[in-house]
Parts: sequence; structure tokens; C-alpha cells
Amino acid sequence: MIKLVDVHKSFGRQKVLGGINLDIEDGKTTVIIGGSGGGKSVLLKHIIGLLRPDRGQVLVDGVDIASLNDRDLNEVRKKFGMLFQEAALFDSMNVMENIAFPLREHTGKKNAEIRQIVADRLKAVGLSGIEEKMPSELSGGMRKRVGLARAIALHPQIVLFDEPTTGLDPVMTEAINELIMETQRNFNLTCVVISHDVQSIFKVGHRIAMLYEGRIVEYGTAEEIHHSSNPVLRQFLSGSLEGPISVM
Amino acid sequence: MNRISTAIDRFGRAVLDNIEEMGKILILFLSVLMWMVRPPLKLRLIFKQMEFVGVKSIFVVVLTGTFTGMVMALQGYYGFRMFNAESLVGSTVALGMTRELGPVLTALMVTARAGSAMAAELGTMRVTEQIDALSVMAANPVKHLIVPRIIAGVVMLPALTIVSDFMGILGGYFVGVPILNINEGAFVKNITKMVDLNDIYNGLIKAAFFGLILSLIGCYKGFNTTGGAEGVGKATTEAVVLASISILISDYFLTAIMF
Repeated sequence: MIKLVDVHKSFGRQKVLGGINLDIEDGKTTVIIGGSGGGKSVLLKHIIGLLRPDRGQVLVDGVDIASLNDRDLNEVRKKFGMLFQEAALFDSMNVMENIAFPLREHTGKKNAEIRQIVADRLKAVGLSGIEEKMPSELSGGMRKRVGLARAIALHPQIVLFDEPTTGLDPVMTEAINELIMETQRNFNLTCVVISHDVQSIFKVGHRIAMLYEGRIVEYGTAEEIHHSSNPVLRQFLSGSLEGPISVM
Repeated sequence: MNRISTAIDRFGRAVLDNIEEMGKILILFLSVLMWMVRPPLKLRLIFKQMEFVGVKSIFVVVLTGTFTGMVMALQGYYGFRMFNAESLVGSTVALGMTRELGPVLTALMVTARAGSAMAAELGTMRVTEQIDALSVMAANPVKHLIVPRIIAGVVMLPALTIVSDFMGILGGYFVGVPILNINEGAFVKNITKMVDLNDIYNGLIKAAFFGLILSLIGCYKGFNTTGGAEGVGKATTEAVVLASISILISDYFLTAIMF
């Protein structure tokens, strides 16, 4: 279980997170929504220890990862997988080597076994047989799917998604959403998705949290969020220019 | 008065920024040392970088070394001819190459070729979140990306300098003996008489130090890149300029200590 307790983060004078409190439920998909530049990625990076909070705690299975040294933090990170916004595949390696990377790094598995796992993971994301391709030969959607295959290579408990559908066409967006749901179910994952794509939010999210001005202003099930009267949330979901969220 | 205080303020900031940057480079170096001794050693990555820094730089180093030796012989000949001391051309070329020009020119060429590539590659990895991806997969980026490059720099620079020294002396020989008609025996004898093994060793120690500087600065600039494609370009330029300046300045102090 992931629990954020009063997490504060500033960059210079710019306050990005101003006291985040959030419980992320096991075995469910929690979507964190909010405007562009509102600190969603920063929040996600705190959950996996890429950033440390100025104040507060980030608890993963009861351990405050903000206080861990690098070695212990790496142990906690083995529970995680992460799909980056642009997939962040290693462009010097082919698809096979990309997905095999965490397996070679953290398991003593033989080459044949690793090949088999890579093939299985590629099948799970619907891209069998592209092991030898380089990332530059793949489309945006394919790269994300390979990124997801790499994220689940080590059979993690938690997978984080950083805007998984940004920049994709509607059909590919739907395909990625289906894939997230299917992967979550099949591997019984705890997923944290950050997104500002309204359609995707309700499709994949069991729980939805709205981040606004560095705080979680609303948190609930998809149904609760859908019927919420919170003006920030209403404006965000309707895409209206009128309301508390200022554009400039 | 206002202008003066602004100028002092700017100067002070620049000094502080530079000191801060030196501190950060030093911290990165200490982290490299720590990860270097922590098993397992990533031999495949190290050999890949050694090939990139060393083997693929041979052509430019051969070319630079040869022509530097040739031009030194030519210039030396015009000077020494005035005192009928043309036979000293060989030893001048050999001393110049082994003590100074071999290590320095090799380092500058490798900075331009490999140091810039290190900054550009790591910079691109940073802005496309590949370095974060390494961290997320519990793989330390310093161990995977920086340690192999530093080892490659420190090991391959002396090796390339040996090539450069040899080609420089060979270039000097070809200009001196067949073209300028310097007596072959005197040319070679003066080299063996005046060039001490310590001259070569000290040149190689310098080369290893320059290898450390260029790879450390290339990696540091790349690793700390911000701001997309423009940031990568800026990091690459800064890496080449800072490494080149550092090589030339440290060369003076190393020479003062060694010889």
C-alpha cells in the first residue's frame, strides 16, 4: 500500500506540492488528474523516490522511502514498474534488450529463460515478434507498449503510468487504456496513472484524485468523482474556461 | 555606483556558480570512485566505451600526431639550421611529442570526438527520461553510464598517446631524413640520447589525467542536462569548452610538478 502523508515540495521559490495526503489502494487503479504543469509528474516521481519531499512521508508498505539510502531504495523500487510519458526506452538497445534489462540486472536467469519472458511480455502487450527492432523503428503507441512490457518484466506489484495516452490518436488511446486495464487485472497490479485525458480517466480508474494548486482537492471512486460538485473538478471535467482554474 | 555594484554582484555570482560547479564535479567523481569498486563490474559496457573512446579515435590521433611531428621537424629545421644543429631536430620532435604535444593534442582531439559525444548521449538520455528509467529499474545510472566512460577515458588516453607519440616521431623522421636530408644516424642517436623513459612515462600520466578530465566533464555536463534539444546542444558545447580549457590549464601545473 502506498500512502502519502503531508508531502511538500518546492523548486526554488515555486511551490509544487503543498501538503499531499493520499492513500493508494492495493490491487486497484488510482488515477491522479490535474492541469498541465500542476505537479502530477512531480507527485509520481515522489512515489518511486526519483524526488524526495522537502517535508512529509511517502510510505510504501509502511516504509518511508524518502528516508532510505540508495541501496534500500533500490530494493523498494524492485516492487515497481513505470511507464514513462515517451516510454523512455534505451535507444542504444533493441526491444529484446530493453525488456530484458531489468531481468538481467536483478535475476540470475539464463538467456533462454529471459528470451521466453520477453516473448511472453511482448505477447501480453500485443506485439509478438518485434524483439530485434530498435526503438527508433517503432511508432509512439508501439513504444509505449514496449515500455509497458519492460515495466512488467520483473512482475512488479505496482506500476506507475506517466500520461500513458498523451500524444496518441483516439484509437491508440483506447488500445492503451484497454491494455492498462487488462494488465492490471491479469497481473493483479496496483496502478497509479496520471492523466488529463478525461475519457481515459473514467475508463481505467477505480479511484480518482484531483490535484489542484499542490493539494488533493477531491478523491473518490469514479462514480463519486463523476457526481462531485467540487467546482475545480467540474471545471476540469467539462473543460470550461469559467471557474476557479485560471488558464493564464 | 549602481553599475559598479551590479558588476561586482555579477562577478561574485559567476565565481560562486563556478565554485559550486567544481564541487558538484568533485562529488560526481567521488561517487564514480565508490561505484567503481562495487561489484559487479560492467565489463561489457566498459569494453564498449573503450572501443568508442580508444579504437574509434585512432584515425584522428594518427593523423594529428603525424602532421604535428612533421610540422615540428620542419619548423625545428629552419631554426636549428642557423646554428648548424639540424641533427637536434629528431630529439626536439621526440621530446615535444612525448612530454607535451602527444598527450595534449590527443586529449583535445578525444575531447572533441568522444567527450562531446558523452555529453550529447547522456544529455539526450536525461531529457528523454532514460536516466530516470534506469533509476526506476533499480539500476544506478552512475555505475551504468558514467563509470564505464571514466574507465575508458583513463585507460585509453595513454594508449592513444603512445600511438600519437610514435606517429609524431615517425612523421618528424620522414620530414627530417628523406626530405630535409638530416643525417639519419645523428637524428636517431639524438633521440635515444636525449629522450628519457621518464619523459614518456610522465606524458602518459598526463594523458591518463586528461582522460579523466574529459570523460568526467563530458559525463557531468550530459548527466545534468535540462531543457530539451537546446539543453543537449548547450551541454555538449560547454563540455568541450570546459574540458579543453581544463586540459590546457592542468597541463601547465602537471608539467611544473613533473619536469
